[in-house]
Amino acid sequence: MSIEVISLSKQFGTFTALHDVSLQVHSGELLALLGPSGSGKTTLLRVIAGLETADSGQVLFHGEDATDQHVRDRQVGFVFQHYALFRNMTIFQNVAFGLNVRPKKFRPSKEEIHDRVMKLLHLVQLDWLADRYPHQLSGGQRQRIALARALAVEPKVLLLDEPFGALDAKVRKELRSWLRRLHDDMHITSVFVTHDQEEALEVADRVVVMNEGRIEQVGTPDEVYDQPANPFVYEFLGNVNLFHSRLHRGRAWIGDLEVDVPEHAEAEELVAIAYVRPHEIEVERTQNGEAALAAQIVHILSVGPIVRLELVRENDKERHPVHAEISKERFRELQLTKGEKVFIKPRRLDLFPNYPQSQLKH
Amino acid sequence: MSSFKQYSILPGFNLALGFTLLYLSLIVLIPLSAAFIRTAELTWPEFWSIATTPRVLASYRLTFGASFAAATVNAFFGLLVAWVLVRYHFPGKKIVDALVDLPFALPTAVAGIALTALYAGNGWIGQFLEPLGIKVAFTPLGIFVALTFIGLPFVVRTVQPVLEDIETELEEAAATLGANRWQTFTRVIFPALYPALMTGFALAFARAIGEYGSVIFIAGNMPMISEITPLLIITKLEQYDYAGATALSVVMLVISFTLLLIINLLQWWSRRRSMQA
Repeated sequence: MSIEVISLSKQFGTFTALHDVSLQVHSGELLALLGPSGSGKTTLLRVIAGLETADSGQVLFHGEDATDQHVRDRQVGFVFQHYALFRNMTIFQNVAFGLNVRPKKFRPSKEEIHDRVMKLLHLVQLDWLADRYPHQLSGGQRQRIALARALAVEPKVLLLDEPFGALDAKVRKELRSWLRRLHDDMHITSVFVTHDQEEALEVADRVVVMNEGRIEQVGTPDEVYDQPANPFVYEFLGNVNLFHSRLHRGRAWIGDLEVDVPEHAEAEELVAIAYVRPHEIEVERTQNGEAALAAQIVHILSVGPIVRLELVRENDKERHPVHAEISKERFRELQLTKGEKVFIKPRRLDLFPNYPQSQLKH
Repeated sequence: MSSFKQYSILPGFNLALGFTLLYLSLIVLIPLSAAFIRTAELTWPEFWSIATTPRVLASYRLTFGASFAAATVNAFFGLLVAWVLVRYHFPGKKIVDALVDLPFALPTAVAGIALTALYAGNGWIGQFLEPLGIKVAFTPLGIFVALTFIGLPFVVRTVQPVLEDIETELEEAAATLGANRWQTFTRVIFPALYPALMTGFALAFARAIGEYGSVIFIAGNMPMISEITPLLIITKLEQYDYAGATALSVVMLVISFTLLLIINLLQWWSRRRSMQA
């Protein structure tokens, strides 16, 4: 089932949680709402669920207006960050809850409920825990039970609010690939909220980047990562280096470095911000006659197959750190040590001319 | 002793346990055992005849019956008051919250006199009840009203923190699963509150059994009808019948202890059911 959100606004006192937000969720897709805390992503999810009412705007389910529908009647499955399992019930009773509270006319028979619950527990690979109580389970298990409980009522859409936020790194990774597989099997329209960009990029079909109650960009993970619409998205998705540059007729200058930027051929004497991802910075020991920026290594951090370098450009009085990521082989080849002088050059950069400084993080 | 001792960051198990036992002995056990020792002056037949005269039996029924009824009503309305104080925001909430503790602080005699004045045939409330044939002051009903008054804070104050701890997420989860309000309350919220409610009930009940000050003013103290056991004990003391007075108190002690033990067991059982290890 598709979900359509039309110009939703929501105010909490003086805080604007949602600012005229419109969004289309296609039938059967897995959509991520990504943003820093306070960006309105959870509010948006809760408004879709009916747990929160918007001040203005509409929510359509499959083209039908659901704005004034009660949560109970919306047929949404909702998964909470802190599981919200019923403590006084066994795992089985938790999953069966949604079926047991149905009016007699629509309630399946005891045997049917039993079969359906066991099937769901099997699906989340926890059927052996049916008689336990929530507090006896680990966080990852609890969240899978919460998901089974939400699926038991056969919801039309599945909404997940930071579902892996309270779990440790390893369980998080397992669960998110598991969620992806589950979604591929079931094809239920799903929206999940996260502040973890890696999670959003890895799991979702499409990513919605939010900031301060607005949608900054909507696109596939590749689109938002490779072609960020604006500096916010650039800075929020992955690590990035920021350089101040001058832009004039298709050429940009960062310090002494001159770069061709044909897409900005019309620019006349502009100030621009240049973004370069750490893995797109080349590090050399010698200048090789090419244009490059001289920099000093201030820190070397080796993480698995990647070596992270922290550099400071020469002539940079404020000593803004520049981060570069190179492979371990390249690192061995260059035989770099702390304090050494090297030359750096961006392999690729993106320019945003005339972006208001106040919108930047640094 | 060392087998009970568990490693802990804060030392002092021996000292703390020793002090606890000494303190409990001085404050609770020795005075209570004195009652038993004093009673032992009586022979069994003497004890039995004192403790089972019709007048005394009527007072037991009244004391425990009215206390039980008052505690039950308090469990219900205390839960409601706690619910309103936790869940809703309204002007003057802090004042209402403070009012709940008033029965704790007010001298019970003052409470008794105030209630009597209100519910007497010519009192503010009594004048409207009298024509309806409802007499409150100087009847067992009045005792019940006084006991309800003094027991209310116990239920509110035990339920309130537990209610505050129940995440609204649980209710939201129940709602998304299609549960209506009543189902959400009975199946999700009430089971979580139940142990605290039982504690509050037990405290209100225990307090009501021992209550004296507020009751004697409103009760009318008619033998066989509106005479509570604590009053009989005082009467016997005033007649220098110490053994008789302690005999009655021993009976009360044993019954109260048994009832509280049963409530505690019920609570332990319900907690175990919901939190099986």
